Amino acid sequence: MDELLKLLRANALESPKNLARMLNSTEGAVKAKIAEYERTGVIRGYQAVVNTDRLDVDLVRAVIEIKVTPEREGGFNRLAERVSKFAEVESVWLMSGTYDLLAVVTGRNLKEVAFFVSEKLATINGILSTATHFMLKTYKSNGVLMVEEQPDERLKVSP
Amino acid sequence: MNGSKSRPEPAKGSRPRASKGPRPEPAEGSRPRLSTAPRRSFVASYLNDIPRSGIRDFFDIVSARKDVISLGIGEPDFVTPWRIREASITALDRGATTYTSNRGLIELRRQIARYLGQAFDVAYDPENEILITVGVSEALDLAMRAILEPGDEVMYHEPCFVSYNPEIRFAHGVPVPVVTRRENGFRLTRPMLEEKVSPRTKALLLSFPTNPTGATLTREDVEGIAAFAQAHDILVITDEIYSELTYEGERVSIASLPGMKERTIFLHGFSKSWAMTGFRLGYACAPVELSEAMMKIHQYIMMCAPILSQKAAIEALKSNVDTDEMRASYEHRRNFICAGLNEAGIPCHVPKGAFYVFPYVGDYGLTSKDFALRLLDEENVACVPGSAFGASGEGFLRCSYSTDLEAIKEAVTRMARFVARLRKG
Ligand SMILES: Cc1ncc(COP(=O)(O)O)c(C=O)c1O
Repeated sequence: MDELLKLLRANALESPKNLARMLNSTEGAVKAKIAEYERTGVIRGYQAVVNTDRLDVDLVRAVIEIKVTPEREGGFNRLAERVSKFAEVESVWLMSGTYDLLAVVTGRNLKEVAFFVSEKLATINGILSTATHFMLKTYKSNGVLMVEEQPDERLKVSP
Repeated sequence: MNGSKSRPEPAKGSRPRASKGPRPEPAEGSRPRLSTAPRRSFVASYLNDIPRSGIRDFFDIVSARKDVISLGIGEPDFVTPWRIREASITALDRGATTYTSNRGLIELRRQIARYLGQAFDVAYDPENEILITVGVSEALDLAMRAILEPGDEVMYHEPCFVSYNPEIRFAHGVPVPVVTRRENGFRLTRPMLEEKVSPRTKALLLSFPTNPTGATLTREDVEGIAAFAQAHDILVITDEIYSELTYEGERVSIASLPGMKERTIFLHGFSKSWAMTGFRLGYACAPVELSEAMMKIHQYIMMCAPILSQKAAIEALKSNVDTDEMRASYEHRRNFICAGLNEAGIPCHVPKGAFYVFPYVGDYGLTSKDFALRLLDEENVACVPGSAFGASGEGFLRCSYSTDLEAIKEAVTRMARFVARLRKG
C-alpha cells in the first residue's frame, strides 16, 4: 500500500501539510493524491473508531454467517448486495469455507437483531440458513486497541 | 550402626572451649574512635579523571520538572512487538529460569548467523565466533578489555555515543577522537583517520548510523576505511546497533569487505531496531581467537545473558513485519522534524539513519548546554546538548524523534518560537 494511504489509515485527520512533511512531498501534491483516491473510490470514507462499550447506549452487534445458493448469473454478488443495502447491516464479506457471507448487524437490543435476521434476512430468496453470534465486548477494532497499553514511563533523557 | 563405629572420635581438647568469666575489656583509651580515624579514598584514582555522563547531568535537571516535552529519549518509543514479548512469557511459563551456556543458546546463535549472512553478507560460525552479551554495552567492554594493553590507542569518530570514551579508558586504553563535521554529513573518511593514526593505534571504533548525528557512510567511505585499517594493521570494532534503521542509501558493513572479517569485531544488539532496550541483549561476532578472548572475560564476569531475553531474541529474528513498520514510522517522523526545524530557521541536515536529528544552534551566542537549558526553562522542551557527545558536538543539539508525532509537532512549534525570540535578542 502506498505510504500516504498507510498514514491516512493510521490517522485520517492528519493535515495535508503535515502529511507532506512526513512524505518529503508538498501540500499540493498530497491534496491532489487524496482527491484522486476519493474520486476513484480507493478511499470510501473517513470514520472515527468508537469504543461503544464506553457509551451508555443500547447497542448490540452480531456477526451472522449466511449460507446461500449462488445464482446462475452474477454468482454471489446480487444476493450480497441485497443484504448490504439494509441499514442494519454494517459490513458484509464473501467468505471461503463452510458458509458464504458474513454480515455484521447492529440493533438497539437482542430482540431487534433477532427479528431482523428472522424476518428480513432469512426470508430472502436464495438464503439457505443463518447462524447468529452476538458480540459481547470489543478488545481491538480496525487495528486499534480499545484499552491502550500503559507501559512504564520511559526515562525522559537517555543515552 | 556400622558407620558410627568407624567414625573417628574428635581428639580430646580439640574443640574450642567457651571462654568462662567476663570478656576482657580493652584498656581505657585504646578503644577505637570510629568517627575520627583518618581514611583515604578507596575509589580508584583513574576514575576521578572520567567525568559523569553529560546525559546524566541533564537527566537530573529534566526529571525535576513537570510536563516536559522530551526529545531527549535515546530509545525506541515502541513497546517491544507482542510476538517477541509473548515468546518470552511462554518461555517463563515453561520454566526457562536457568543459566544458559556461556556463549548463549545455540539456537539463538544459529538464528543470528543466518540473519547476519542474509542482512549483512557476513559469515560467522555460531559454534565459536558468536557470543551473546548483556547489550552492546557489555560487548563493547569485552572488546576493549580483550584487545588493549595499557596505553594502546583507540580511534573513534566524534560526536558519538557517550560510552565510547569511558569504556576505552576503563580498559586502560587511550581514546583518540576524530572529529566529524556537519559540512559532509558527519561522515568519516580515510584522510581524516590518516591525520590521527600513530604507532600506538590498536583499534578503530566505528558506529554508523551514528548516535547522535544519524550519519551513515557510503560504500566508498567504508572501502577507504578498510584500506586504512589494513595499511596500518589496525583492528576495527564496528557497533552496528542502528544498522536496520537506515533510511537511505546502501548499508555496507565493514566486516563484509574482503580481508576485513579477520580484523573486525562486529557488535550488534536488539535494543534499537527491535525496541528491546529493557531486555539487555546484544552480541559480539569475531574470528575465533578474538571471540575466545572476549569469551574468557564474559564467562567470569557475566556467565551468560538472561535466558528470557535470549528466548525473546530468537523470536525477534524470525520475522521483520513489525520492525519494518517501526522503521517506516521513524522515517516519517524524521522527515517531519527535519522539515519543521528547517522551516523554523533551525538548520538541520537530513540524517540517513538512527532516530536523531542534530540541528545546529551555534548562532545565538549560547553554548549548546545553555541553549538546551534555556529551551527547557522557557518552553519546557528537553533536548540533549551536543557537547554531551564530545567536544565537537558543541554548537549542536540532539533531538530524538523517537517520540509520538503529536509531541514532535508541539516541540517544533515551541522551538520555532524560542529561536524567534532569541533572534530578536
Ligand atoms: C551507538 C550505541 N551503541 C550501543 C548502545 C548500547 O546499547 P545496548 O542497549 O545494547 O547496551 C547505544 C545505546 O544508546 C548506542 O546508542
